[in-house]
Amino acid sequence: MTSDTWHQRESYSFDRNTIAEIRRAANTGIYRIRGWGAKRVLPTLDDLVFLGASMSRYPLEGYREACGTDVVIGEGRAEHPVHLDIPVTIAGMSFGSLSSQAKEALGRGASAAGTSTTTGDGGMTEEERGHSTKLVYQYLPSRYGMNPDDLRRADAIEVVVGQGAKPGGGGMLLGQKITERVAEMRTLPVGIDQRSACRHPDWTGPDDLAIKIIELREIVDWRVPIYVKLGAARPYYDTALAVKAGADAVVVDGMQGGTAATQDVFIEHVGIPTLAAIPEAVRALRELGAHREVKLIAAGGIRSGADVAKALALGADVVSIGTAALIALGDNDPAYDAEYRALGSAAGFWEDYQDGTDPAGITTQDPDLSARLDPVIGGRRLANYLQVLTLETQTLARACGKSHVLNLEPEDLAALTVEAAAMAGVPLAGTGWIPGASS
Amino acid sequence: MSTAIDLAEVSLRQLNQVLHDADSGGFDVLNPRGAHAVACGITTDLTVEVAGSVGYYCAGMHQAGTVVVNGNSGPGLAENIMSGTVRTTGNASMSAAATGCGGLVVIDGDAGARCGISMKGVDIVVGGSIGHMGAFMAQAGNLVVLGDAGADLGDSIYEAILYVRGEVESLGSDCVEKEMRPENLAAVGHLLEAADMTASPADFRRYGSERRLYSFHVDDIDTELAEGPGGTR
Repeated sequence: MTSDTWHQRESYSFDRNTIAEIRRAANTGIYRIRGWGAKRVLPTLDDLVFLGASMSRYPLEGYREACGTDVVIGEGRAEHPVHLDIPVTIAGMSFGSLSSQAKEALGRGASAAGTSTTTGDGGMTEEERGHSTKLVYQYLPSRYGMNPDDLRRADAIEVVVGQGAKPGGGGMLLGQKITERVAEMRTLPVGIDQRSACRHPDWTGPDDLAIKIIELREIVDWRVPIYVKLGAARPYYDTALAVKAGADAVVVDGMQGGTAATQDVFIEHVGIPTLAAIPEAVRALRELGAHREVKLIAAGGIRSGADVAKALALGADVVSIGTAALIALGDNDPAYDAEYRALGSAAGFWEDYQDGTDPAGITTQDPDLSARLDPVIGGRRLANYLQVLTLETQTLARACGKSHVLNLEPEDLAALTVEAAAMAGVPLAGTGWIPGASS
Repeated sequence: MSTAIDLAEVSLRQLNQVLHDADSGGFDVLNPRGAHAVACGITTDLTVEVAGSVGYYCAGMHQAGTVVVNGNSGPGLAENIMSGTVRTTGNASMSAAATGCGGLVVIDGDAGARCGISMKGVDIVVGGSIGHMGAFMAQAGNLVVLGDAGADLGDSIYEAILYVRGEVESLGSDCVEKEMRPENLAAVGHLLEAADMTASPADFRRYGSERRLYSFHVDDIDTELAEGPGGTR
């Protein structure tokens, strides 16, 4: 803004971003479709702090004393439970939304770090199966690419009810990215604007889901665990119903969770933040006596070891990352700033995953662009990033005196805002006050 | 010579494990009593006869051989079938052959709502009528209905082809009636023969996608004005 406009005030209600969107809508007659997750200000895990050990608590030596990070999912039910070395997994992102190189890089990075990666709404590719030591196969409403052979070679099955970016909405992949290979895997015409179903075609409620889970277990001879993924909307009830239906793990994805393509109005206005969702899911698990038995995988806007540790302290067993993993691969790389600008964006702002024009070669099916991502280098970057998340989580856990990251607890936390205190159910820092607590 | 497996004596798990471990042969499943997930996940060329009605997801993700239910079938009969044949001699509940990718599903009686929902290449032949929202978002394959079809047939349909002999209560979004060409008459004839049903292909009408929903309509007033009359539009 130049100095000659300093005497004018920008409208809070109609700021430049709002004006631009109204003008865009008036020009095109179609809602804004984009990638990424919610961008507006939300209560987040940043609104919590760890109290750390001092006189009344005993910390562990930061570099010498062991602090475990392993998690097992599906023990006691599945013949082959999923053993994770670290409490961070890679969330479901489809081949189609991502290039095959990006899927391979995710598999390589996750495998090097001893954790799992996940397919997406478009079937399983050889690239990701071949490079993922632990691969979770998503079972989605569209059933694109679903087949029993892939089901049997998965290490876990994730029944997707919803995702954080759009609880209640189905998948979307615009024509630019429906290449021949993508179309063939999904049995769709090449180049159409694909909008996939938001409801499963053959079950409609928790009682049906219980039967569906039995069928899936029967088809794979009870070998692998079954997860249920929920977009965070009513996590207390939804988690309870998923447990009742027989899930080995419940994935709760908050509204900061990303997407390859969804209406902006959906991304920004449907669902609740991850911070608000985790405690509600934990409450349901505790009331059912299933906490720590049925695993809780929290997702949606996880960026750092601090986020991981806080999610675990609130009661999650594992977290899942999507957007952060893409950034680790090179999404929004400043080196491509000129190209982002040529597309009307800039490094750090790029969100048009739906367009298939990604200069970093990640969210595209363009052969020239996708060739820019070296899956080996991308995998190394992701493995390094996962290692940092793990080391940061351990550092915080040791500071709280915990010999395993899953020993972190709400008692280790304080909240910086009244909202966060109420949502997380931990005291406002410097007080003993938990807004909404009954006594 | 078939092997009898009595669900009054063995568990569902035992039944399915026997079927998954078998390379060939015939099996008679006794006393199904509405059990769910009976004979799901079969991968080899077996012949399975079920003596009575079944619950949800019978022959789910079927890949080879034949499963015949001598009775009625619950929701999701032969869901996501890949190949092979599944038949129910009675009626089928909702979502029969949902998302099926190949093979043949035959329903001698009526089928409930959402028959052939999101079908991806399966062939379905229904001797009776089907309920509402038949072939919703159907992507590929053929659905042949000798009776009537309920409301909103073929809503949001892609490239699947629907043939109905009786009345269609209403068509869903983007589903239209299309001409019965010689290849369509031949296709119906082949499907009826495969399903062991008798009818005249000429009595069927064909329905499919008008393809108006395949792409978003995006206006661009600014470009139109910039390019002036005779621009790209």
